Amino acid sequence: MTQSADNVLDHFELFRGPEYQNMLAAKRELFENRRDPAEVERVREWAKTAEYQEKNFAREALTINPAKACQPLGAVFAAVGFEGTLPFVHGSQGCVAYYRSHFSRHFKEPTSCVSSSMTEDAAVFGGLNNMIDGLANTYSMYKPKMIAVSTTCMAEVIGDDLNAFIKTAKEKGSVPEAFDVPFAHTPAFVGSHVTGYDNALKGILEHFWDGKAGTAPKVERQPNGKINFIGGFDGYTVGNIREIKRIFDLMGVEYTILGDNSDVWDTPTDGEFRMYDGGTTLEEAAAAVHAKATLSMQEYCTEKTLPFIAGHGHETVAFNHPVGVAGTDRFLMEVARLTGKEIPDALARERGRLVDAIADSSSHIHGKKFALYGDPDLCLGLAGFLLELGAEPTHVLATNGSKGWAAKMQELFDSSPFGKNCKAYPGRDLWHMRSLLFTEPVDYLIGNTYGKYLERDTGTPLIRIGFPIFDRHHHHRYPVWGYQGGMNVLVRILDKIFDTFDANTNIPSKSDYSFDIIR
Amino acid sequence: MSMSETQNVAEIKARNKELINEVLQVYPEKTAKRRAKHLNVHEAGKSDCGVKSNLKSIPGVMTIRGCAYAGSKGVVWGPIKDMIHISHGPVGCGQYSWAARRNYYIGTTGIDTFVTMQFTSDFQEKDIVFGGDKKLAKIIDEIQDLFPLNNGISIQSECPIGLIGDDIEAVSKVKSKEYEGKTIVPVRCEGFRGVSQSLGHHIANDAIRDWVFDKAQGKDAPAGFEATPYDVAIIGDYNIGGDAWSSRILLEEMGLRVIAQWSGDGTLAELEATPKAKLNVLHCYRSMNYISRHMEEKYGIPWCEYNFFGPSKIAESLRKIASYFDDKIKEGAERVIAKYQALVDDVIAKYRPRLEGKTVMLFVGGLRPRHVIGAYEDLGMEVVGTGYEFGHNDDYQRTAQHYVKDGTLIYDDVTGYEFEKFVEKVQPDLVGSGIKEKYVFQKMGVPFRQMHSWDYSGPYHGYDGFAIFARDMDMAINAPVWKMAETPWKAKPKPHLMAAE
Repeated sequence: MTQSADNVLDHFELFRGPEYQNMLAAKRELFENRRDPAEVERVREWAKTAEYQEKNFAREALTINPAKACQPLGAVFAAVGFEGTLPFVHGSQGCVAYYRSHFSRHFKEPTSCVSSSMTEDAAVFGGLNNMIDGLANTYSMYKPKMIAVSTTCMAEVIGDDLNAFIKTAKEKGSVPEAFDVPFAHTPAFVGSHVTGYDNALKGILEHFWDGKAGTAPKVERQPNGKINFIGGFDGYTVGNIREIKRIFDLMGVEYTILGDNSDVWDTPTDGEFRMYDGGTTLEEAAAAVHAKATLSMQEYCTEKTLPFIAGHGHETVAFNHPVGVAGTDRFLMEVARLTGKEIPDALARERGRLVDAIADSSSHIHGKKFALYGDPDLCLGLAGFLLELGAEPTHVLATNGSKGWAAKMQELFDSSPFGKNCKAYPGRDLWHMRSLLFTEPVDYLIGNTYGKYLERDTGTPLIRIGFPIFDRHHHHRYPVWGYQGGMNVLVRILDKIFDTFDANTNIPSKSDYSFDIIR
Repeated sequence: MSMSETQNVAEIKARNKELINEVLQVYPEKTAKRRAKHLNVHEAGKSDCGVKSNLKSIPGVMTIRGCAYAGSKGVVWGPIKDMIHISHGPVGCGQYSWAARRNYYIGTTGIDTFVTMQFTSDFQEKDIVFGGDKKLAKIIDEIQDLFPLNNGISIQSECPIGLIGDDIEAVSKVKSKEYEGKTIVPVRCEGFRGVSQSLGHHIANDAIRDWVFDKAQGKDAPAGFEATPYDVAIIGDYNIGGDAWSSRILLEEMGLRVIAQWSGDGTLAELEATPKAKLNVLHCYRSMNYISRHMEEKYGIPWCEYNFFGPSKIAESLRKIASYFDDKIKEGAERVIAKYQALVDDVIAKYRPRLEGKTVMLFVGGLRPRHVIGAYEDLGMEVVGTGYEFGHNDDYQRTAQHYVKDGTLIYDDVTGYEFEKFVEKVQPDLVGSGIKEKYVFQKMGVPFRQMHSWDYSGPYHGYDGFAIFARDMDMAINAPVWKMAETPWKAKPKPHLMAAE
């Protein structure tokens, strides 16, 4: 017996002792009917080959370890960025339990969201009663300022009509007539979580700008000098939105953040649970129609929203999750152009500091090969940064990336000599990436928490940037946008590079040279 | 702050009843009527907890529950390690449940073992419109091609499958034939079925009965399997953080032979061998009583519920299990209890003084709302409120008859609002629930442990697990951070509802 009260061993160590090891070996031997270890080894080696890769890439039906989620997750993300807003997902209730868990595991914060809890009878008769009761309950219990409705695939398959249902619910008195209930259909079998973000945000703006589903006059646009900012679905939203606000304030820009999640996913522990916190106020959301321009930080998160906004007379500009010097330069110069504000010297100095840091460190990154996966915009932004660090983003993969995205990636590769041997993989998953890492190895991998399986199987060190990050804490508090955000990304990459150097040079009298104190 | 120190049971009951009335005020009338049936104050001597359960959740109230898919793929099937479980439908369900439950296992992931992988048919609009059966058939082919060492496949249906009329049973049969009788199990666990995870457990159990047991019928035991008089199967342990392992070791030490684990670190061969067991020992009654009853009826295998949380219940359970066997095993149980007594004494000596009198409120899933009560009591703690996410009346009966004290606040399928208010007013020293609840209560300054995932710790089962449980409860409650929650310059006397303060 190894357990003791003085030194309590948990799962990290407990099972490594001989008692458990013998027990597990006997279990395997006697009961598991496992494959011959030699056969397992043969297949393990085979799965690293080009032959296996060819089969793997020939897959047409099966998806393995995808790097994308479904639409309603994005809808919930968008909704909680508005003041006092409770997301209401119409359909099966298990989905909502999943979205809430998913966000809480990433942000280490509560995520409030309700479901209309549809079951078999609703599948047959439709979910109208669930909508009527659900809105009434949500309104009385949680006193939201707005309820933003989206759908699960169940409600979409049976064809529930949100517009009609919400109207009927209001007629039945579930919520007051004038209460804001924007909605968006968000079928899980179309697009991904970024599509859901897009649909939900558009639904909210449409609600406020275009006459609240026929219940109010459309807002007459009276252009002012403000700009709107849309962050998109972003795992770093807490740090990023705060950084963007700081930058705008430094520049003296008048702005509205459309969908500000930075407070609701970063509330203090001080004795009070804040179900709602911060967010774009409903007045701001409505008044945002008057802005002269709208910026989207993530083009693929706003493919419908931006044209909708442009249709209201705004100039619109889309970026692809800019990270690093050139990306931030373009962003700031666009903001300056649109608002007529000068970029203050304080930001020029921040830029200089990032360039300084790159100059100090790029020799450790220059020429290194990276594999990278994530949402389409994040991939473009990070690949751009890697190129300016002199690194090669050799494999760039987005499960929810389109052919158009791949073409855009190729353009980026073509813009730099370091992009020469780089390739984009739209619509592929992490099992494809696994093959790539075996057949065309790289030095480092950038991706979300699930990349740790690739790191384990292929030995490629993982730099955690993306969503979700479940197994490291608090990264979402640090921006990756702006020059300071670029600094954070640079440091994260460098830390892994230096840790890897140390880990590869630390066996005394074998590989202890190069175990340097100064790097 | 223990209520029992400051209030007598009558006062507690009155307070809890008033609290229930208070939370019901927030609801529209119709909802209040429905929710009232799920909330109660336990009366000692009653045969159940006096609440309705296993009923539909009410729309819009923020239920904590999940769905049938979660019960089947997430709980029952997912941990079977040498099979590939396809999340059949759109991408989300498989994505959100991907490796989230820490069902530990040993194996070469991606080659002969597949638990922490996400296999999905990633339905697109055309699959909804034209049906997904052809795609499913192709997926099975691709699995066979890329993962030749898989020992079986299960198809975990997501909502659309049942709605668009796909015939996954037919595809499974055809493909099974094509691959020489390979075990391919269609599971009709669409998320809209039933009222919670619970129906998913039942459907998953039935699928094992129909597509694993019935398929193996007439065949001899798996190759190399020789029965002994001491063969038992662990049923309903998902090996969260290694729970099944710290349980198995005790059963083996008392002289039993564990021929199968359902389903944590389990294999298809173990499922198939289980009808040869002499006794099924059942930990999570809620999720696997169905298959236990089936094996009793069909194969004459008795089953016995046990509880491996905390030394009191462990000793009781070891003796109960031993009672089905001869003196050798009975002596074995005593030997095991004696062997671990020193550890138990040390753990209690170390942690009980730090935890004595602390109160706990629980809200968890299948067995834990009652099973962990004994472990808390072994540490001198008191559970003052508990409830089940997806329990049935038989769970509440067991809870009333064997676990909770007079006056305990009972809340079935608690809503976010209710749970928050109950905790705010009862002010327990610890809340034990899930990830969705964790940060709500921590923000309120209340120590919390996730009691589904052991907050990424564990195991908690068995004697080894009890030491970890005690350590974790101590570190939750006595962490210095909780003294810092209040901003000092804003400090005000705490509003205690407790009248006798």
